[in-house]
Amino acid sequence: MKSLLPPAWAFLIALAAASALIIAVGGAPLAVYRLLLAGTWGNGYGIGQVLFKTTPLIFTGLSVALALRAGLFNIGAEGQLTVGAFLTALVGMHAASLPAPVAVTLALVAGALGGAFVGAIAGALKAWRGAHEVINTIMLNFIVRAVMVGVGAHLFEREQIHTAPIAASAELPRLSRWLGALHGSAANASLFFAVAVALAAWWLVERTPAGFRLRAVGASPAAAATSGIVVGRVQLFAMALSGAVAGLVGANFVLGYKHYYEDGFSGGIGYMGIAVAVLGRARPLGVVLAALLFGTLSQGALAVNAVVPKEIVDVLTAVIIFSVAAASPSVRRQLVAAARLEARA
Amino acid sequence: MIATLFSVAFFAAVVRITVPYALAALGGTLSERSGVINIALEGLLLIGAFTSTLGAYFGHGAITGVLGGVAGGAAFGALYALLVVTLRGDQIVCGVALNLLADGLTRFLLKATFDSSSNSPRVDAWGNVGTRLIALTVGLVALFHVVFYYTPFGLRLRAVGEHPEAAASLGVKPARIRWVALVVAGALAGLGGAWLASDQRQFVAGMSNGRGYIALAAVIFGSWRPMRAAAACLLFGLAEAMQIALQAAGVGVPGWAVQMLPYILTMVTLAGLIGRSHAPRALGRLDRS
Repeated sequence: MKSLLPPAWAFLIALAAASALIIAVGGAPLAVYRLLLAGTWGNGYGIGQVLFKTTPLIFTGLSVALALRAGLFNIGAEGQLTVGAFLTALVGMHAASLPAPVAVTLALVAGALGGAFVGAIAGALKAWRGAHEVINTIMLNFIVRAVMVGVGAHLFEREQIHTAPIAASAELPRLSRWLGALHGSAANASLFFAVAVALAAWWLVERTPAGFRLRAVGASPAAAATSGIVVGRVQLFAMALSGAVAGLVGANFVLGYKHYYEDGFSGGIGYMGIAVAVLGRARPLGVVLAALLFGTLSQGALAVNAVVPKEIVDVLTAVIIFSVAAASPSVRRQLVAAARLEARA
Repeated sequence: MIATLFSVAFFAAVVRITVPYALAALGGTLSERSGVINIALEGLLLIGAFTSTLGAYFGHGAITGVLGGVAGGAAFGALYALLVVTLRGDQIVCGVALNLLADGLTRFLLKATFDSSSNSPRVDAWGNVGTRLIALTVGLVALFHVVFYYTPFGLRLRAVGEHPEAAASLGVKPARIRWVALVVAGALAGLGGAWLASDQRQFVAGMSNGRGYIALAAVIFGSWRPMRAAAACLLFGLAEAMQIALQAAGVGVPGWAVQMLPYILTMVTLAGLIGRSHAPRALGRLDRS
């Protein structure tokens, strides 16, 4: 129960800041929050949209969290998910002759491999050259953005910024097929997949030898090295794993919603993954809950836009991150470990 | 084609692109040499662009515009200092959050002030402030070189960035040096934002458009030294202007390949593959003193 206090405080501080801003532009905070709740958890469509927006945040939040457990900061989820989602679409486009389970699996494996490749570049440079993974993942985000301009020129539909549609066999069904109440919302089966990945991440980190090495390096690289763990190899593994999870984001947008890859579809969910991981304190369950909160805010932004500019939610999010980063001891401990790793490198 | 590259217009384009990079990179050099990673440069540029537009629009003058940009950048530099120096928040997390805040807040205020989700009205009050800002930028680069290497403050700054405990044992207050560095870095990036706003004669949502990250790249490519970081900015500006000129001339160099250049150069430098780059030793470490 005690561990829930810092995030709760962070949320209250953020609410206070947002309220001040709403009052400053002549709005009524309570009315805005009521509108936000009504537009999200108040009806079936709203709930569906919240779940739809929560799904990718679970992936990116887990991605950042996994690297953080190894003492590494992955700011590159944005670039990793871009490559991943694009490859998911590319495989999906050519999967017409395959049965659905095979098509979906192949498309997701391609996405994970794409994300893992981009993550591994930063991981390898860290492991071999001690190069700061934060800077390298930022640089990779922009390199990916530039490459996608070049790739898009050849592979997107003529005069469009998206690929051709994927084969029907690679599509994931919407939840409204089973739950009529969610009708019209984009929530789809990838939500279950995201939760399954969260469970797998928990199992991997807490219950396997690889996860133990990951945590050992995150807690103290020097101690891990002394006990015979090859720190560089774990760092490479952690960054590749982190990238792979980010690369799965295409499940939601590409396989479950639009059925094609579209330039700029992410809208910053890679960066939001950092907020999710920090608020969720780098634990899978925490990440799922934090993703749900930010998913709610992201959908709620649209609900309040008629009364106050929807960017109020970005301000709210930023203040939540500030408060958690500056106040939460457990996050700080995690980050101190990361910083210690920096100092050593 | 060759004639184009020696024309006045081409030279002007290089300078135009370089100025905001150089100002933000100076700020980045300053804060990183004090031991604080500054991912927030992107957000500080954006804030500066917005507050300078407010200053020029409501103050009806270029002076109020420039002052607005500097003040806005300094204020958010102070917020960053409060979070990472005083409250000891994580520098990366707070930097990312500050960029998010800058993007959200400027869009929010843009709607609240000018009732637009994309841009401010045209601001003619800027006049021809550009040439003065160019001269100011060149002067600042030289000034910071002197401050870094020939003044007591510069020595303390570098000492705090390398070994805060040792500096503290000699009576230097690391927290105070870092506060100064971050506020001034904010002011410099804010000035860079004022350049963007004055150059385009208006504020456009998200107009920093990754320039803060290019500046960050220049800081590293310039091995954390003011003159070299400025030179790196000039190189990046030259590459960008050349790409635009080549594209206009119809020469087949894909723009996206040139766009990647600063980022790839930075990664190569950081990996120690060309030259030897030496980061401030205490960079990114939480201040325990």
